[in-house]
Amino acid sequence: MATAAIELKNICKRFGSIIANNGINLSVYNGEILSLLGENGSGKTTLMNMISGIYFPDEGHIFINGEEVFIRSPKDAFKYKIGMIHQHFKLVDVFSAAENIALGIESKERFNLKKAIEDVKAICDRYGFEIEPEKKIYEMSVSEKQTVEILKVLYRGADILILDEPTAVLTPQEAQKLFAVLRKMKEDGKSIIIITHKLHEVLSLSDRVSVLRKGQYIGTVKTSETNEAELTEMMVGRKIELNIERTEPVEPVKRLEIRNINCKNREGVQMLSNINFDAYSGEILGIAGIAGSGQKELLEAIAGLQHLESGEIFYNNPKNGKAENLRDKTPLQIKELGVRLSFVPEDRLGMGLVGNMDIIDNMMLRSYRKGKSLFVQRKKPRNLAEKVINDLEVVTPGPTTPVRRLSGGNVQKVLVGREIAAAPTVLMVAYPVRGLDINSSYLIYNILNEQKQKGVAIIFVGEDLDVLLELCDKILVIGSGSITGIVDAKTATKEEIGLLMTKSNGGASNA
Amino acid sequence: MHEKTHEPLIHITKRAFLEPWKALIVRICAVLLALLTAGLFIVLLTGLNPLEVYAEMFKGSFSTNRKFWILLQKTAMLLCIALAVTPAFKMKFWNLGAEGQVLAGGLACTACMFYLKDSLPNWLLILIMIAASVLSGIIWAIIPAFFKANWNTNETLFTLMMNYAAIQLVSFCIAKWVPNGSGVLPILNSSTKAGWLPTLFEKQYFLNVLIVAVITVVMYVYLKYSKHGYELSVVGESQNTAKYIGINVKKIILRTVALSGAICGVSGFLLVSGTGHTISTGLAGGNGFTAILVSWLAKFNPFIMVLTSLLISFLQRGASQIASSYQMDDSISDIVTGIILFFIIGCEFFINYKINFRKKEDK
Repeated sequence: MATAAIELKNICKRFGSIIANNGINLSVYNGEILSLLGENGSGKTTLMNMISGIYFPDEGHIFINGEEVFIRSPKDAFKYKIGMIHQHFKLVDVFSAAENIALGIESKERFNLKKAIEDVKAICDRYGFEIEPEKKIYEMSVSEKQTVEILKVLYRGADILILDEPTAVLTPQEAQKLFAVLRKMKEDGKSIIIITHKLHEVLSLSDRVSVLRKGQYIGTVKTSETNEAELTEMMVGRKIELNIERTEPVEPVKRLEIRNINCKNREGVQMLSNINFDAYSGEILGIAGIAGSGQKELLEAIAGLQHLESGEIFYNNPKNGKAENLRDKTPLQIKELGVRLSFVPEDRLGMGLVGNMDIIDNMMLRSYRKGKSLFVQRKKPRNLAEKVINDLEVVTPGPTTPVRRLSGGNVQKVLVGREIAAAPTVLMVAYPVRGLDINSSYLIYNILNEQKQKGVAIIFVGEDLDVLLELCDKILVIGSGSITGIVDAKTATKEEIGLLMTKSNGGASNA
Repeated sequence: MHEKTHEPLIHITKRAFLEPWKALIVRICAVLLALLTAGLFIVLLTGLNPLEVYAEMFKGSFSTNRKFWILLQKTAMLLCIALAVTPAFKMKFWNLGAEGQVLAGGLACTACMFYLKDSLPNWLLILIMIAASVLSGIIWAIIPAFFKANWNTNETLFTLMMNYAAIQLVSFCIAKWVPNGSGVLPILNSSTKAGWLPTLFEKQYFLNVLIVAVITVVMYVYLKYSKHGYELSVVGESQNTAKYIGINVKKIILRTVALSGAICGVSGFLLVSGTGHTISTGLAGGNGFTAILVSWLAKFNPFIMVLTSLLISFLQRGASQIASSYQMDDSISDIVTGIILFFIIGCEFFINYKINFRKKEDK
């Protein structure tokens, strides 16, 4: 057998008492795509950070082309022709693509932009990238920025490429384009490691799959000899049903009416234009769109956290049948109107919870005002905390643990648990399963379905189109701040939604 | 093909958690090391026996009953200001203006003593003085808070500048009140004792210490159990979360900083009415800044602040004792104090991080 381009032997990494990686063995050959599969917190990113010189392993050895190496810094990694494309782009906005690509390369010669542009074009032609080297980064779409990141490492001569969840920010069409490029690179003899937890991508793209679970190395299988069920079992450790049940909506009533809302962000950029839709009780309304298309602003506008330029938000109160206008009301005023609105924001620790406070104090965020006493009552929040820990299987040493010490999935359970405890009539969730393992994700889907059965109007902003199609009743597609279409989730296809996502100005929509 | 590289000699990793007893050992080691290093400095610089110097330092606080009470008084005054800055700091409002807020409170208090003299019964005068001090402390603190809450100005610079304004205001008033141009305001009402905080149990500072003790307990309860305390920690941790759950962030900022200023005002009152019965621009004596250290060292816990302020006051008293008994200036004692604080604060690094050394090569 040929020597591996990169081989890891018995790699261990601990953070305090947490074992992030324990005895990991991994090898990638030239001209091969390896998927690194694992749930969140299984140690994939930690492992890749050790290869790219960000962390240093506590134990174990790394071999490049059969020779043992020590990668102490990203500079060392670059020396060994290892390039990592991070989830969060590291680009200078006001520079052009070519300038970003050439940035930071030490050379004795004078910098020659023309030559750099030619070199970039050469790489593009070789692998089939489509990019204008002179275009500025701030004018680029997410997918173009990612291309620049990939070009950056190729320009530096990387032979081993690591991509950390590259498709998380892409539409299905863009992902297909990326895969085509990756396949070309593979033909060219490059070694590619792709971190992902989307199984269908793993199966369609890679040659082999290595699976990690809770920091342990589980095994490597050939993609041609495996299937989704087996991979899931390796990832989770037991068999799992991968079906989401979609029940029929229960007596849908118009709960929220969004009429012509327009909103700008602090810099004066139009974030939402002429948004019109209704949310019905007992229904799950999905919102699909490329990240940053206005989903956040839309939910925040409904929650009373965004100032609207124009438009109205009506809430039909089921108790007295009155329609309340929520426009420009603060969250407290909305609550005082008797609107039972729960909101699970995208930024869990930065907005939904307070990281340094324990679970009890976080439960109290919504309820501490009750009563005239000057002092907070911690008894009820404590009971609620214990109930949430129990019901949602939150893994924590106890209710007095600061939430920032919990893993992403458990943080989310605490937040969702609190929001549901308020018995909402409208529940808005933004990316509720981002960073969650399969088990927790399905737990959250079940909770949403339960709430739907109770007649709650649910607005679900998601990124995984497969899940949106399976779970929701209707899907609203948003592109650059306006609605590009509202489709029936039972009949729509992924491609249809993908096209709507990239449609720049959809104009008026019919719900 | 590649040059041989080695594992780095040392690399630093963050600890997730250190058992409390281990952390305690680290802190004790830090104090011992600090004493050792400071001792070395003393021997090298002065040739004195460090043990004798430490004994002398101890005498500074504990040799006589009077010195002990001075220690308590100094501790109480420092602690009072530390308690004042704590709610603001917990809200991540960096109030560096305690010095000015204390001066503002002290000045209002002095003004009452100067103008009202014995025209009112003493209890009423004292009540008016307290009210005036608290109010001035609040005004001095709330100006930067108002600008911060409305236009997000930098409170660090603003509060710092307010200190200089307060110093100038005090100079101006002294110049106005003392026409002879000496710039020193004599002790006020020394015959009538109007506006003097009464002496209890024949101890001049008893009431000062008692009042600060009460404030300590109240502050602890306020921060830990009250709705206000809860709100200000939420605002401090994340303004986004605060807005999300419907907290009026502006209101909390103003309210908390007002509280901070009010306690600074009380501190100014205690320093004038309960201690010096006069005012100078050095009324707070740098305690407005030392208090920040006291508060941070105690991680904003009022009861631990009692210990940290005691430690700092003990070091300061000991330092001046050394200076006077060995006829040296304050520098040597400042060096010792500096070394001890350096070690105590520096040891936090070892509590939060772990240092890994290169393992021996296997071959």
